[in-house]
Amino acid sequence: MEKYIFYILAFIIIVFAIASVTSRKMLRSVIYLLFVLSGIAGLYFLIDYNFLAAIQLTVYAGGIIVLIIFSVILVHHIEMELEIAKTSKQLFVGLSCLLGLGLFLTTIYTHEFNVVENYNTITTSDIGLKLLSYEAGGFILPFEVISILLLAAMIGAIIIAKGKKLSDKNDDTI
Amino acid sequence: MISGISIYELLTVTSILFFIGIYGFITRKNLISILMSIELILNASVINFVIINKYLYPDMLQGVIFSIFIIAVAAAETALAVSIIINLYRQINSVEVKDTELMKY
Repeated sequence: MEKYIFYILAFIIIVFAIASVTSRKMLRSVIYLLFVLSGIAGLYFLIDYNFLAAIQLTVYAGGIIVLIIFSVILVHHIEMELEIAKTSKQLFVGLSCLLGLGLFLTTIYTHEFNVVENYNTITTSDIGLKLLSYEAGGFILPFEVISILLLAAMIGAIIIAKGKKLSDKNDDTI
Repeated sequence: MISGISIYELLTVTSILFFIGIYGFITRKNLISILMSIELILNASVINFVIINKYLYPDMLQGVIFSIFIIAVAAAETALAVSIIINLYRQINSVEVKDTELMKY
C-alpha cells in the first residue's frame, strides 16, 4: 500500500516540477510549484517525520508560495506570457542535465548503502530537546544564529522593499 | 522507512528533482522563475538529508535538524529576494534578467 502511495507521490512531484519550469504562464507555474511542495510534504508524512511535514506545509506551501504569488501579482499582468529561451539553448541545457543525472544515478546505484531496518518514530519533543541542548552534539548555537538571521532578514526585507532612504522622506515633506 | 521502497528509488526521485531545478535555473529569463527553481533545488537537498537520516542513521537527529535550518535559511532568502525584485521593478519597470544592469542603489 505504502509502495503505491510513494509511486503516486513521486509521479506528482516530478510531473508538476517539469510543468513548473516549462509553463509559460507565470501564475500557473507558481501553482504547479505549490503542488510539488505539497507532494514533498506527503513524502515526509510517509517516512514518519510528521514535524518536518508540518513545517513544509506551513513555511513552504503556506508562506513562500503566498510571498511569490504576491510578487507575481505586483510585477506582472496576469495574462502575460513569459519569454522563452532559444530552442538550441533549451536542448543543450536539457542534454547536459540528463548527462549530469546519469552521472548521479550511476554513482548512487554503484554505491552500497548500509541500510538499517527500522520503523521508529521521532517525536517533536525529541527534536525540541536536541535543538535546545547545550551538551555535546546539541544545536543551541546554530539555533540562536538562525534566529538572529531571521530577524536580520526581516529588517533587511522591510528596508529594501521600502525603496527610499528613511532620511529622504523627511526632505520630501518639507 | 517506507516498506517496499529502497533508498535508491528515493534518491532517484531527488536527483531528478534537483536537475529539473537546474534546468529551470538556466533556461528561465525571469527573476521570479529563477527564484522558484532555487526552491526546487533546495527542496531536493532537504529530502536527501531526511532520507539519509532515516535509512542509514535512524537513531540520530542531525538530518532533521539540518533540514529545519535549510528551510529557515530558504525562507529568509526568499523574503529578501522578493523585496529586492519589487524594489528593482520600481526602478527599471521590469524583472527580466537581461534588463538588470543597474545594481546601484
